[in-house]
Amino acid sequence: MADSAAKFDIDLLDGMLALYPKGDWRARAVGAVDAKLRDFSDDSVGRDLVIDMSGVERLDTTGAMMLQRTFHACTQRTEASRIIGATDAHANLLDQVRDHLAPCHIEPMQPNAFLQVLDRLGEGVADAYHAALQLMSFIGQTLATLFRVVMRPARFRWTSTFHHMEEAGLDAIPIIALMSFLIGAVVAFMGAKILRLFNADIFTVELVGIAVLREFGVLLSAILIAGRSGSAFTAQIGSMKIREEIDAMRVLGLDPMETLVLPRVLALVIMMVPIAFIADMVGLVGGGLVAWLAMDISPALFMARFEETIILNHLWAGLIKAPFFAFVIAVTGCFQGMQVAGSAESLGQRTTLSVVQSLFMVIVIDAFFAMFFLEINF
Amino acid sequence: MSVRANGMANGVAVGGCDVADALIALRDLKTQFGDFVVHENLDLDVKRGKILGVVGGSGTGKSVLMRAIIGLKPPSAGTVKVFNVNYYRSSEDTQLSVERRWGVLFQGGALFSSLTVAQNVMAPIREHLNVTEDLARDMAALKISMAGLPSEAGAKYPSELSGGMKKRAGLARALALDPEIVFLDEPTAGLDPIGAAKFDDLIVNLKESLGLTVFMVTHDLDTLHAACDEVAVLAEKKVIACGALNEVRQTDHPWIQEYFSGPRGRAALAAGEP
Repeated sequence: MADSAAKFDIDLLDGMLALYPKGDWRARAVGAVDAKLRDFSDDSVGRDLVIDMSGVERLDTTGAMMLQRTFHACTQRTEASRIIGATDAHANLLDQVRDHLAPCHIEPMQPNAFLQVLDRLGEGVADAYHAALQLMSFIGQTLATLFRVVMRPARFRWTSTFHHMEEAGLDAIPIIALMSFLIGAVVAFMGAKILRLFNADIFTVELVGIAVLREFGVLLSAILIAGRSGSAFTAQIGSMKIREEIDAMRVLGLDPMETLVLPRVLALVIMMVPIAFIADMVGLVGGGLVAWLAMDISPALFMARFEETIILNHLWAGLIKAPFFAFVIAVTGCFQGMQVAGSAESLGQRTTLSVVQSLFMVIVIDAFFAMFFLEINF
Repeated sequence: MSVRANGMANGVAVGGCDVADALIALRDLKTQFGDFVVHENLDLDVKRGKILGVVGGSGTGKSVLMRAIIGLKPPSAGTVKVFNVNYYRSSEDTQLSVERRWGVLFQGGALFSSLTVAQNVMAPIREHLNVTEDLARDMAALKISMAGLPSEAGAKYPSELSGGMKKRAGLARALALDPEIVFLDEPTAGLDPIGAAKFDDLIVNLKESLGLTVFMVTHDLDTLHAACDEVAVLAEKKVIACGALNEVRQTDHPWIQEYFSGPRGRAALAAGEP
């Protein structure tokens, strides 16, 4: 009985249209009959209709809705139009859905595509402008807080700072060292292949030395830290923002800049220099190892050549960038965390934004440093 | 049956809650998180066409009980039968067919945030029913209207809705497949008294018209009086009393006495009596 799919017959009864629905009129069984029923009601608009429910075995709100819809679409609401033969339960269902037949909006209204593009473009520009202003203001606030804390060192959050130094700095060293080792090896390998063509194998030492010390060591550290800790800062502060913890702190007279932002920024700035230094050293080891294994440049020869040609400036040129990168990453991470509003969705967006923005700024700053060093012949 | 007799010997059996015609039957249920046991030797029956309110202090595992019934928290012992099917021991096909016969309203509505209200309601319809887009839209409109939302609400995103509207939208989605059982997790929590009273009315109304069976976790004494046919009290890891509100209230258990005789309990009772 339950398997008899919904169907209907049409006939004439006392000169009026009569609809005889039959079988199972529940949501799972009416899919096939809906289109036919719509055709029927389109064809018979404005005519009197009698629906005889006696053949309906099962009914739910969907079936009742379809029958009521048809009834109301067709009839002229004369006395003659009626629904007959329904059991009490079915009549009750038909009554229940009668007041709920109005269609509803499914999606928000969309303005036309051209306007939308213009709208989004304008919004994007305005957003970028405001975001830049807010970030500047945030950097200013961070520096002002730093100044205030330096004036009154008792307020400095040592525990929190050390915690973040460990979490964001110390714990990141293994992965950064591994990446740096591999990059050093790859650079040596790529360079050696070309240099061998000119019989200049030994210049691999300079290549590895300058590339790793000046750029790769610190840049790679910054990229990994941005992905690892910048995003974590956003997520931590953002989830506190969602749970109103930040508001609670403000109300209790705790300055979030002082308790949350400053320890993170300082921790990263402090830890970035040793991290970059370790990355430099491990990168050189990777390069040296490849030079030894693939090109027979012995470690002793590598060291001798290194001492002879690589001046200390290269190391300083790399390491001096580290605190700037760290500052940008930490401030962006904290800033985006503070911008989280309301939903968990916003937290996800802000975390992505935090990584993208901090990487962008790291590379812009790196380019500025490169130009600057070029000008001063450093 | 011996198991059941045992369970009742531990608890306080009050009329109602008989085995006959039970849509949901829990026997000897045990749930735990690690070593922490939430329920033990818990028996409960929910009869067809009734609204059961589950009450209990914070941390007695009301929501966990609901999650155990709807397949989200496998029990560590005992059986859960819904529509006479042991959900956790069934094939995926059977599980799916059971899932299509119940609807769940989670506490915060649990609406999909990337979809509008109407699209939320249409999601289970599209997934489980072989219907055209037009019919799916009509069905969504019907459920949204039946849940007491205006038609403009269909095009709104969950983030644009108030708490009460979210619950109504969640209810519309729970009703999407014309379920036989509806599970409601604290449906009136976080609503203002007027909104809560309206929601109670809505649930009673839907139960009457659609013949729904409702399993409702609640803290709200007013809802118990206004909407529930039966009340189950959770304490001491089991159902300590189950039956009509008047009977349960007479039960001589300290928590029950405190719950119903406290100032709020008396106020709700006074309001509930005509």
